Amino acid sequence: MNNFTNRKFIIGAIFLFVGLIFIIRLINIQLINNKYKLDSDSNVLRTITKYPARGLVYDRNGELLVYNEAAYDLMLIPKQLKEIDTNEFCKLFEITKAEFIERLTKIKKYSTYKPSVFEKEISTESYANIQDQLYKFPGFFVQLRTLRSYQNKNAAHILGYISEVTPAIIEKDNYYKSGDYIGKSGVELAYEELLRGKRGIKKVLVDVHNREKGSYLNGKEDTLSISGERLQISLDITLQTYGELLMQNKIGSIVAIEPSTGEILCLVSSPSYNPNMLVGRAVRKNYPVLSRDSLNPLFNRATMAQYPPGSIFKTIQALIGMQEGVINEKSGFSCIKSLVGCHNHPTATDVASSIKMSCNPYYFQVFKKIIQQNKAKSIYKDSEIGLAEWNKRVKKFGFGGTLQTDIPGVKNGLVPGVEFYNKWYGEGRWAFSTIFSLSIGQGELGVIPIQMANLAAIIANRGYYYQPHILKEIDDKPSIPLIFKQKNYVDIEAKYFEPIIEGMYGVVQEAGGTARRAKINGIEVCGKTGTAQNPHGEDHSVFIAFAPKDNPKIAIAVYVENAGFGGTWAAPIASLMMEKYLTDSISDKIKEQRILEANLMNVIPKK
Amino acid sequence: MRNQRSIFTNIDWIIIGIYLALVFIGWISIYAAVYNEENSAIFDVSQRYGSQLIWIIFAFVIAFIILLLDGVFFTSFALPIYGVLILILIAVLLFGVKVNGATSWFEFGNIKIQPAEFAKFATVLALAKYLSMPNIRIKEFKTKVIATTIIAIPALLILMQNDTGSTLTYAAFIFLLYREGLSGNILFLGVLAILVFVLTLVFGATSMILFGFIIFLLLYAATKFDLKTTVFTTLATISFLVFNTYYEIKDSFIFFGIALILFSIFLFVITNKKLKDKGSHYLGIFILVVSCAYIYSIDFAFNKVLKEHQRTRITVLLGEEDQLINQIKMLEFKMKDETFSQEQKLVIKTDLKTKKESLKELQQGNGWNIKQSLIAIGSGGFTGKGFLEGTQTKFNFVPEQSTDFIFCTIGEEWGFLGTSFVILLYMALFLRIIFIAEKQRSTFSRIYGYGVASILFIHFIVNIGMTIGLIPVIGIPLPFISYGGSSLWSFTILLFIFIKLDSERLFVLR
Repeated sequence: MNNFTNRKFIIGAIFLFVGLIFIIRLINIQLINNKYKLDSDSNVLRTITKYPARGLVYDRNGELLVYNEAAYDLMLIPKQLKEIDTNEFCKLFEITKAEFIERLTKIKKYSTYKPSVFEKEISTESYANIQDQLYKFPGFFVQLRTLRSYQNKNAAHILGYISEVTPAIIEKDNYYKSGDYIGKSGVELAYEELLRGKRGIKKVLVDVHNREKGSYLNGKEDTLSISGERLQISLDITLQTYGELLMQNKIGSIVAIEPSTGEILCLVSSPSYNPNMLVGRAVRKNYPVLSRDSLNPLFNRATMAQYPPGSIFKTIQALIGMQEGVINEKSGFSCIKSLVGCHNHPTATDVASSIKMSCNPYYFQVFKKIIQQNKAKSIYKDSEIGLAEWNKRVKKFGFGGTLQTDIPGVKNGLVPGVEFYNKWYGEGRWAFSTIFSLSIGQGELGVIPIQMANLAAIIANRGYYYQPHILKEIDDKPSIPLIFKQKNYVDIEAKYFEPIIEGMYGVVQEAGGTARRAKINGIEVCGKTGTAQNPHGEDHSVFIAFAPKDNPKIAIAVYVENAGFGGTWAAPIASLMMEKYLTDSISDKIKEQRILEANLMNVIPKK
Repeated sequence: MRNQRSIFTNIDWIIIGIYLALVFIGWISIYAAVYNEENSAIFDVSQRYGSQLIWIIFAFVIAFIILLLDGVFFTSFALPIYGVLILILIAVLLFGVKVNGATSWFEFGNIKIQPAEFAKFATVLALAKYLSMPNIRIKEFKTKVIATTIIAIPALLILMQNDTGSTLTYAAFIFLLYREGLSGNILFLGVLAILVFVLTLVFGATSMILFGFIIFLLLYAATKFDLKTTVFTTLATISFLVFNTYYEIKDSFIFFGIALILFSIFLFVITNKKLKDKGSHYLGIFILVVSCAYIYSIDFAFNKVLKEHQRTRITVLLGEEDQLINQIKMLEFKMKDETFSQEQKLVIKTDLKTKKESLKELQQGNGWNIKQSLIAIGSGGFTGKGFLEGTQTKFNFVPEQSTDFIFCTIGEEWGFLGTSFVILLYMALFLRIIFIAEKQRSTFSRIYGYGVASILFIHFIVNIGMTIGLIPVIGIPLPFISYGGSSLWSFTILLFIFIKLDSERLFVLR
């Protein structure tokens, strides 16, 4: 009929060609390219983190120490922000208009459709005020968070604090996400993994306007958040509070340990701070103030300050001397003041009386016998052999960094050894005469208060100790690590402790003892004073003790900086603490009054 | 004649089967697209799927009425129907309601009618009527003018309604005209013009002119000149290109270079005594100049004539987003470079700022639509997310999901199986229509059949091409599937007139 019939093939071919191109394109985007599937998920899926409540912390008597309080983060989704009365908003939240604009620009820069924190940690009281006004400001909403709260204003150092994770932490540990909190010190840091609990997630579907439209796969992939473990720590908050009270206006620390378990009963570092100062928004304001304070309240003296121990170290010298066999409990040395200075006292005729009277020349001679045992011809070589042995034995007592406590950041201290002096003076260029200060706990010795308390516990136990620790129970189950249940022997026979204990008993209970002020009616207290010479000023007042003499319940070390003689300040403080712990009362109110009123912060330094 | 009593005897059941399948797919897809838990009853008239059901029922009634009518009705009244619809198109310009910026609706209470949809079948009728008249041959210039006028009048009226998308569908008649004898060159030129348009936007006018020039030179020299001239011009062009790439000459120099070569060839052509037929050489040069002018005008038209939103619809497809991201990265890198002076940095900075702004516009405007549409279809995978499980459509990420972007719902919920099935259905429909059209003894019927196929095809290519990111966003419905009474009824009328004409194939010769 006409000449163009064959064109039906061309037109048909064009139609088919287009259909083929479409099919190829669909194969590409629906079957080959995976990108769209992911994009579709990211369009509609929002993962909401459910924050677990951080574990609660109780003291040894079940008293609540640390808990959580509700707080509200004010969130903003800039895209949903409509015209609002900025003046009213600023007034409600007590910010300036400039601040408002600044925050808004910053948030917008991050994202216009994702929620950002506009104002952090609004307290429950403030939230009550703004709650019914919030509807006026579309785009803003609140998100519930929890804030750490501390029941007492005490025990800041031992409990520690938490703060928001830094990018560096997030990079190191992939558990943490921006906005999480992490323990920074004390128990919060030590038991972070128990306390933090487990985050949960909830996947929800959102529509194009970011409105929630229901759960994803009926919540099949959601997980519940698991609250942190409930921790019971060995601290006795009553004792701790009392210790902090006694240490007011004094610089130093008190550490008390239960000898039969190694549990830390109190850990006072003075001056301290109220732990609630480092919670939530207040951190920004308070942290700089605390860290700039010249008395350094953030510094935990009980675990980090390194001091010369002074005369309390004589107990170790006597024990090592007897164990080495260079003296026995009946050994007597005359008080030759030309060797080393001393106070006036009757001659020490045995170990017990040397401890009781704290005779310096006595221990000069004991230490000399320990160091120089004539095992080598050269006195230098002989001193090296002696010191090496001595160093090994001292470290058995938990000095020089051998303690394995669960409190984070405990310093090592220093027990000088052969290497130390070789470096200091040169090999073969030192002997006993160079290092004799060690005999009375002076010289290069550096000891941490918690180590001193552990020494008291070792003597109380007659030769062994448990690693001092703060953890008592996890979630009502006595599941503390094995390491805290093992006895650590110091390799000194128990019989050698008896003369020491007798001497320490004399220190407190007998006439001529150096710490008569530590006496408690009805309780047999054993103690040892120390007056640590301090090149920077007045001597430090030191006292270690345990009570009662038989079957001891508490071992304690008190260290008061620049307070002078050990018997004057440290000893009465220790006795008040022990009495408080053992009897829950104070019989000698005058003694207590004297300590409470004493201000030893501004003692004129002795040079 | 006795067969006429039973209207179902000679109708093509294959076409009707495909029609019913597409309508059904459309209805459940609309249900899925606007589905939410609160209004889940599929017969709820307050929802779009409910009203679509009403349109469908009416469409069946209309189809039935058409089948009852005698085919002669359409051949006799083709021109009056066309005339009436032209009048209605004019009326809608004067009294119509404005929706989305286009004055193309009549409002009767709650019901809105879009006359532009119905103008399509009227135009096909008129074209078929005119071209089937005796002694009409498309080769003749007069025929071309009249046929173009028949197409252009409704097209222009619809353009005046500000409905660019519907206007573009009138380009479909090029297939009909081609079948009836229009030179294949015009079809070819049309495709070429579109191709050059796109390539120019991608590579820039300068490179396109240069490229066109090389092609021209090679073809021209090879066919018209001797071997020597061919080699010479080829070498000259290649060396010019090499020089250009190595020394990064400014655009203006390239134009000078092109002009120089153009001029020398021009001189050679008119001075060459060997060449006898100079007229054809002038024609060749004329074609070159015209095509250069066309390429150059694309840039102009694109930037000056098209509106901002129309431009982005095209640039989005051409990978503008990735380009901008790359450029921003480059500029940011430059900002860090120490060697740039303060003033240079300032220039870079302002450039960076404008680029970032246009990127943002792109990502939030039309770029967003295309992207979400692709995500919806792409995330369907092989079997799809399942009926009513499409998150992209259910949560309104895809725009116009029950009308122009209905294919997204199919792609997301039924996956590749669904999309390819729909495409195959359309393919079957088009080929069946062509097949049946060729069987017609009546020229009118054949031309009408091709008109139906062309109109349906252009809607198919533009709508699906748009949702899968091959064609710029142009808002026209997917035949039989998209939500909307006017389009469903007009496509039904369009198709069923053809079915009716075909059913009388054996009895009439028009």
